Amino acid sequence: MCKENARRALGVVAALLCAGVFAVSAQDQTPAPATQQPSEVAVVISGDPGTPPRYAVPDFIAATPDAADVAKTLGQVLWDDLSFEREFYLIPRDTYTTVPVARTAQQIPFDAWRELGADGVVFGTVQKTGTTVRIEVRLYNVRTRQQVFAKEYTGTDGNPRLYAHTIADEVHQQQRALRGVARTKLAFSSDRNRERIVGSVQDRDVKEIYIADYDGANSRRITTNRALNLTPVWSPDARGIAYTSYRRGYPDLFIAMIYQGVQQEPTKGGTQNWLPMFSPDGTRIVFTSSRDGNPDLYIINRDGSGLRRLTNHPAIDTSPTWSPTGTQIAFTSDRAGQPQIYIVGADGLNLRRLTTAESYADRPTWSPAPFNEIAFAARTGPGYDVKVYDLATGVTRQITFGEGSNESPAYAPNGRHLAFTSTRSGRTQIHTIGRDGRGAKQITRDGNNYTPAWSN
Amino acid sequence: MKIRLLVLILVVAIGAVACSRRQPPVIAPAPAPAPPQAAATTPPPPPAPTRVEDALPVPSEPLGEDAIGNRTLDDLNRESPFKPVFFGEDSAELDDGGRSVVVENAGLLKKNSTWVVTVEGHCDERGTAEYNLALGERRAVAVKTYLVSLGVAPDRIRTVSYGKEFPFDTGHDEKAWTSNRRAQFVITAK
Repeated sequence: MCKENARRALGVVAALLCAGVFAVSAQDQTPAPATQQPSEVAVVISGDPGTPPRYAVPDFIAATPDAADVAKTLGQVLWDDLSFEREFYLIPRDTYTTVPVARTAQQIPFDAWRELGADGVVFGTVQKTGTTVRIEVRLYNVRTRQQVFAKEYTGTDGNPRLYAHTIADEVHQQQRALRGVARTKLAFSSDRNRERIVGSVQDRDVKEIYIADYDGANSRRITTNRALNLTPVWSPDARGIAYTSYRRGYPDLFIAMIYQGVQQEPTKGGTQNWLPMFSPDGTRIVFTSSRDGNPDLYIINRDGSGLRRLTNHPAIDTSPTWSPTGTQIAFTSDRAGQPQIYIVGADGLNLRRLTTAESYADRPTWSPAPFNEIAFAARTGPGYDVKVYDLATGVTRQITFGEGSNESPAYAPNGRHLAFTSTRSGRTQIHTIGRDGRGAKQITRDGNNYTPAWSN
Repeated sequence: MKIRLLVLILVVAIGAVACSRRQPPVIAPAPAPAPPQAAATTPPPPPAPTRVEDALPVPSEPLGEDAIGNRTLDDLNRESPFKPVFFGEDSAELDDGGRSVVVENAGLLKKNSTWVVTVEGHCDERGTAEYNLALGERRAVAVKTYLVSLGVAPDRIRTVSYGKEFPFDTGHDEKAWTSNRRAQFVITAK
């Protein structure tokens, strides 16, 4: 009780301090250099006809000597972020050695960049005062030498990558009207801590919930209960993670409010609940439970009220996912023998079977708009591959092709990428891949990592 | 006693860390970019720099205790008076062999009338992680149902599914899969 009050007090003090700092920095800011205003037609940098624009992202310039590390990180991470959506072709950074380094925007050697084939070039500076950094970034059209994007950022030097992620998202928005995912995060279950549950019959691996940036950097442990913690999913506001935990000896649902240090238990007092999934508005959770003797789907309000049974069939119904409008739920059922994907209305009506050509299909995950498709894991031999069912055409396409076993797909919030679990590198790791099956990338490397979820 | 004290100190220390790390995470939303202006006569005031702040997650629970109690029960379980019940691929049906093991285990439970057991349902690695959680549950429930039909009180039997999380044999062949498709009895009170 006392601790809780102390925590609240601390929170208030911190909030006031933060507000104070913000106000001061807003007053004290020095005027930014006058920027050339782009005309509307010149804002978007285009490439040669039929090819993506070619961007160069050299190292940022350290305006103070102690900003060198941050400057280096920014250039590399921004390059990676801008490549990720594949809207631009990023000219490899090791080819920039022929281009003279510009210390100021006036010195940018446009001719040399043009010679390297660049359509756009980024120029950025980093200034560091104590632990405060001030970052200025500009994007130039190399052909017209016009500045098309200019912005300043300030904050602490705690996580330089976040500035690059912010810049990448804003450039994607401005240049391609695209919602980038550079500031999103992945949640997953991992045994990387290498703790063991000492006890009955055999010692067993602990699995805890972790989060990391979308590129795998900055991973952090979320749960600390030294039990089995599985299948995390993000709340739509990306501030909460619901997951399945065995901390009480049986699977039950927990929500970690990760920035408040608060834990919620929507199904407290029940038993045998697993695989939660938030409704798109975040108010409800659909999950699997065998509370009535057999695995079926249930919906509960986030506060634990309004429990309602969605399916009632003697077979297994599990792995639910909401449609983006919240009106339908796709799930796995073995009511026809083998596990297959079905869709049912959130009211429990209008059940229909989706997959008919698979021998085994599980973990459906509904894409965000504008795509209207459901990804799932399908048995394709000894292991699984990720496939995508297009709801408009009824056509299924394959995303992975037998490189290890590939399970548990989860969509990025812009629908252009999927995270999934794969054994292709030996151990079980999280990978990401484009929805067209291109650009596979390993995200985790430490321990074994399972069941990814991608934040908004 | 010493261990309790240690745990207490640990919990308090972690509480303190959690408190000290408690900062309201503020990600200042990026202001919308100013609309492009065509040839303004006076230069517009420069936009304020966007504040970029990193939100740090705060633990929402105390650190779990190491399971070092229950030593005698663990010893008992390591000797494992109960035999595991094995299942066919993707099946939660008890076959003749499975049923005879459950009958044997029911006899043990009747002989030791104070024992409470947890029946754990496990699966081989060939199913998906998600579906296996349900399949393991069905296996555990199938065993419980048969135990109850043999006269064991239902409140002495708990069930839990671990899907394919805890293989008995970590190999990747038929032999490993066969021994991993199982319902395992663990004594939780005696």
